[in-house]
Amino acid sequence: MITLTINGLDVQVEEGTTLLEAARHLGFPIPTLCHMDGLTPYGACRLCVVEIGEGPGAKMVSSCTFPVQEGLKVRTASERVLKARRMIIELMLSVCPQSKTIQDLASKFGVRQQRFRQEFKDCILCGLCVRMCEEQMMAKAIGFRGRGESRSIGTPFDIETDVCRRCGGCMFVCPVCELRCTYNEPEKAICGGCANLVPPCVEKDQFDDMMCYMEPCVACEITKD
Amino acid sequence: MNPDIVRDILDKHSQEGNGLISILEDIQARFSYLPEEALKMVAEAKNIPLVDIYGVATFYKAFSLVPRGKHLICACLGTACHVREGPIIVKEFESQLGIKAGETTPDKEFTLETVACLGACALGPIVVVDGHYFSNVGQTEVRGIIEKAAEGFETADLEQDYHIFPVEASCPKCNHSLMDPSRIIDDYPSIRVTASFGRNHGWLTISSMYGSYKVFSEYEIPKETVVHFFCPHCHAELKGATNCVLCGAPMIPMIVSGGGMIQICSRKGCKNHMLDLSGVNL
Ligand code: SF4
Ligand code: SF4
Ligand code: SF4
Ligand code: FES
Ligand code: FES
Repeated sequence: MITLTINGLDVQVEEGTTLLEAARHLGFPIPTLCHMDGLTPYGACRLCVVEIGEGPGAKMVSSCTFPVQEGLKVRTASERVLKARRMIIELMLSVCPQSKTIQDLASKFGVRQQRFRQEFKDCILCGLCVRMCEEQMMAKAIGFRGRGESRSIGTPFDIETDVCRRCGGCMFVCPVCELRCTYNEPEKAICGGCANLVPPCVEKDQFDDMMCYMEPCVACEITKD
Repeated sequence: MNPDIVRDILDKHSQEGNGLISILEDIQARFSYLPEEALKMVAEAKNIPLVDIYGVATFYKAFSLVPRGKHLICACLGTACHVREGPIIVKEFESQLGIKAGETTPDKEFTLETVACLGACALGPIVVVDGHYFSNVGQTEVRGIIEKAAEGFETADLEQDYHIFPVEASCPKCNHSLMDPSRIIDDYPSIRVTASFGRNHGWLTISSMYGSYKVFSEYEIPKETVVHFFCPHCHAELKGATNCVLCGAPMIPMIVSGGGMIQICSRKGCKNHMLDLSGVNL
């Protein structure tokens, strides 16, 4: 057993546990995007950053990949962590502003602006689909191709592959390929409108039947009543 | 694509216990690209998922998934070459050849590619055509480089071409100079080594002009023979870790004065050579 301190609380966990698991065990929430139970940690999105160590030597690490260490002091919500997290969300939002998952994160963590050019990419390269396909579906039909700017996900040679079993697992876990709530202006698609308490749906009745996954969506609850 | 060639390559590497990259390098050297069928054969033989092999093949710039042209033009866009107007040189090549970087002309003569740093930054912008390095390339020289490549470098005129420059080589093992002032080739002292093939063991001198192919040897070396090179001073074999990308024979490394490494192919008749001024490639 290993003893470490998370946000001032001592905790004992088994060796090999990650900081994320230990923190969640204690009930400290840490947001994640590329992490999923049952898949190997990958550390792509950095959303789960926490601060370890003390003083000037304090480091930021991704908690989903960092194993617990004896005597480690961890802070999951320090000023520095929250700032980094907001920046990460803003950056992800600029790549995939239409992603419902990322919009929700932005809304939850108070990201109310987009200072970067929006790309509307259809993939944030979190690698969830690749790991899902390999580790749960035992197919290995899709993978990363290229590198740097041209890195992408797909099948070899971009053609249908006979190892894909069409389980849909890849799409199920993807944080980007879902419908989004775009309000009525795609370029302004931070779906934080409702959190600002000026619910746009109330004013625009054509959005009545909109399919929306937002939780909690004040506006939708108002119109339903 | 001839599947037997791929099978041979796979056999050779399974005996040597080599990994994926060396196999792909050999396939690329034989076909000038990585044919889809070949990758499938590798996947099956090595029991690696095709998607992983595809990932490796698309990760490295050295691999190509489409056939390349007869002549490969590689323009450097590394940081140093970039600020020395490398992009203008690339644009010029693009407009002269009528293709974009990464493409091949319809007549399959030229492939234009860009690379990020060739390790000769001080001489930039650098363009490498079929293994020949051109330094300080200016926009007006592009046409000439293309013409020269089309007619073949063997016929290129030595005197007039200041891109062909002399190097001073020494043994990578004992660091003793290999220059032989008593034997002048191309107006410069030649590089002298001991060459051995079959039962023959004798001297061999090479022009020290980088880009010249003049070679003289004690014994007539039949074409295609892979020759072993030795240092005439410490008698160590000059043998590097890399193989020729064109024919697969071992490359012979020598130290260049001023820092860096020059590598020449050990196969008689193969014209591959490269200059690596950062000198990390032993
Ligand atoms: S649908 Fe195909 S690619 Fe997607 S997870 Fe299933 S097997 Fe893999
Ligand atoms: S396709 Fe979706 S799940 Fe796969 S890496 Fe991209 S964003 Fe992640
Ligand atoms: S109020 Fe509801 S429907 Fe309207 S933009 Fe927000 S989440 Fe979407
Ligand atoms: S959840 Fe830890 S890096 Fe993505
Ligand atoms: S940047 Fe062109 S050789 Fe280094």
